[in-house]
Amino acid sequence: MTPSPDAPSRPETGRTASADVPSVADPIVAAATTPSQQFAARSGRAPGGGAGRLLRGLWSNLWRLWFFVTVLVLWWVLSADSTSTFFPPLRDIAQSLYDTWIAGEARSDLWSSLRHFAVGYTIAGVLGVAVGALLWKFQRIGHAVSPVLYFIYVIPTAALLPAIVAIMGIGSSMKITIIVLAAIWPTMLNTLDGMRGIEPLRLDTARVLHMSPLATVRSIVLPGAMPQIMAGLRHSLQIGVIMMVVSELIASREGIGFFILEAQQRFAITEMWTGIIVLAVVGSILTFLFIAVERVVLAWYIGARAVEQKG
Amino acid sequence: MSHPAVTPTSHSGTGTEPVLSVRALQKAYNVGKPNERLAIADVTFDVAKGEFVCVVGPSGAGKTTLLRCLSGLLAPTSGEVRFEGAPLQEVPARLSVVFQDYSRSLMPWLTVNRNVALPLKVAGVAKRQREDRIAEVLHAVGLGDVGRNYPWQLSGGMQQRVAIARALAHQPDMLLMDEPFASVDAQTRFDLEDLILKVRSDLDITVVLVTHDIDEAVYLADRVVVLSGAPSRVEEIVPVPLGRPRNQLVTRSEETFAQLRRHLMELVTAH
Ligand SMILES: Nc1ncnc2c1ncn2[C@@H]1O[C@H](COP(=O)(O)OP(=O)(O)OP(=O)(O)O)[C@@H](O)[C@H]1O
Ligand SMILES: [Mg+2]
Repeated sequence: MTPSPDAPSRPETGRTASADVPSVADPIVAAATTPSQQFAARSGRAPGGGAGRLLRGLWSNLWRLWFFVTVLVLWWVLSADSTSTFFPPLRDIAQSLYDTWIAGEARSDLWSSLRHFAVGYTIAGVLGVAVGALLWKFQRIGHAVSPVLYFIYVIPTAALLPAIVAIMGIGSSMKITIIVLAAIWPTMLNTLDGMRGIEPLRLDTARVLHMSPLATVRSIVLPGAMPQIMAGLRHSLQIGVIMMVVSELIASREGIGFFILEAQQRFAITEMWTGIIVLAVVGSILTFLFIAVERVVLAWYIGARAVEQKG
Repeated sequence: MSHPAVTPTSHSGTGTEPVLSVRALQKAYNVGKPNERLAIADVTFDVAKGEFVCVVGPSGAGKTTLLRCLSGLLAPTSGEVRFEGAPLQEVPARLSVVFQDYSRSLMPWLTVNRNVALPLKVAGVAKRQREDRIAEVLHAVGLGDVGRNYPWQLSGGMQQRVAIARALAHQPDMLLMDEPFASVDAQTRFDLEDLILKVRSDLDITVVLVTHDIDEAVYLADRVVVLSGAPSRVEEIVPVPLGRPRNQLVTRSEETFAQLRRHLMELVTAH
């Protein structure tokens, strides 16, 4: 099976990653691109809030789905009588979606993808923060290591895929390696950048309070860099999802990506569409979960920024 | 408070060993580089136990630099700083610092309680006693029930009170303050000045406060160290024979206050 030529070199991979290259990335600007934060910043200064506000928030979020619902309805109505092979009626797709992914066999593909993603993303996130922190802490080593890191960083992960497959075969470790190699960068570089941007007076304060180096990192440096670390983790999440699919497209016997490719090759277009829809749903849920976590972790930041903007 | 107010109302500063002694202190930035710059040329003075010393000087004189050298955050280029008899290596455990910029020295991700708890955690105080101590110091700086709030939910004056409470939490012998009241409004400033006087006499601590405000220096201090413009030297050390307790209205309208104020003004603006 030869991989479809354009799949591994999806342009988004390279572009999204390179957005983090400049080390002057402004944490406020970086974080401001998160819609959840903009929304939260507008909706009040105190983190948390009553059930009433939660309900209202939910309602206003639901209300914002109106366009999405309209598109779905239009798709349903306009495709109802479609005889085109490539654009089957949405009703058929929905039926097939249920048969294959909920009642049928493709569930194992879904779990396979999610498992690899979860392991890969966790490793990328933890390693990214840890390596970023070490590069910050040991500046001299950081200066020596940085050129090498940037050298690896500029290689599009897609170009490494043949090598990784050759070395690791087509098992889980290959997929996880691909996800880690591609997704680690935004988290690592944002962590480094965020830690470099820590207010020097806060570090002085830590010294004046006689905090140990470890306590300083845990209580001052890590929380202080958290807005940027979260921005990096979010970016890594997107890249992780992309690489999860890519790893299944190039050499695999299971996973959502494999399902899509395989359906296309045996001309099961309706099923192919269901795979793509599942991917979209998985991506949306992961993003939604991330935003929910981010709102809790960065509640102080969202609140402080709202006060700042008002004052 | 746990400490009875037994502090005598004036400090002679003679006879006892000084808590802090500064000898021929010199500080240059970027030594050996083309942009080398001498910030402090030669500063010598002593601070006795329980004394309140203010350091005044024109803007850019090197006041912050001096305070950072006194706290052990910055190593002097030459000369010596001794705290409680020992040469300064790191920041001494019995010393606390309040910075001018409270919004940057308080941690916005911690509630007021947790900010104040930081030094207590370092000292290994148990949770139960920690909570008592936090309530105690917050009360001492005139903050009521704000412990669960975040610093950014408070006014500037309240934030600076939190910073002072944090500095006092682990019962230091000495408090160093760098223009602590420069970024609050005039009324709050008076309140905080009186607060620090009260805290000082209640807890019997030694205070060195840097300011560019001559009135503030006279109002607060037992002695005022006047610095020249950069690179700074000690222009004169002026004793302040005003009685205590001091009062914003009464003290500031005394004849002695006006004379001291005038004298200091001449010293600072002499060049
Ligand atoms: N980190 C630094 N590197 C180089 N030069 C410095 C540094 N910090 C201060 N200086 C210089 O040292 C001199 C004294 O600065 P310092 O901040 O101590 O003065 P200051 O009296 O506190 O001023 P201000 O009244 O503005 O607070 C200034 O000329 C300043 O430019
Ligand atoms: Mg200063």
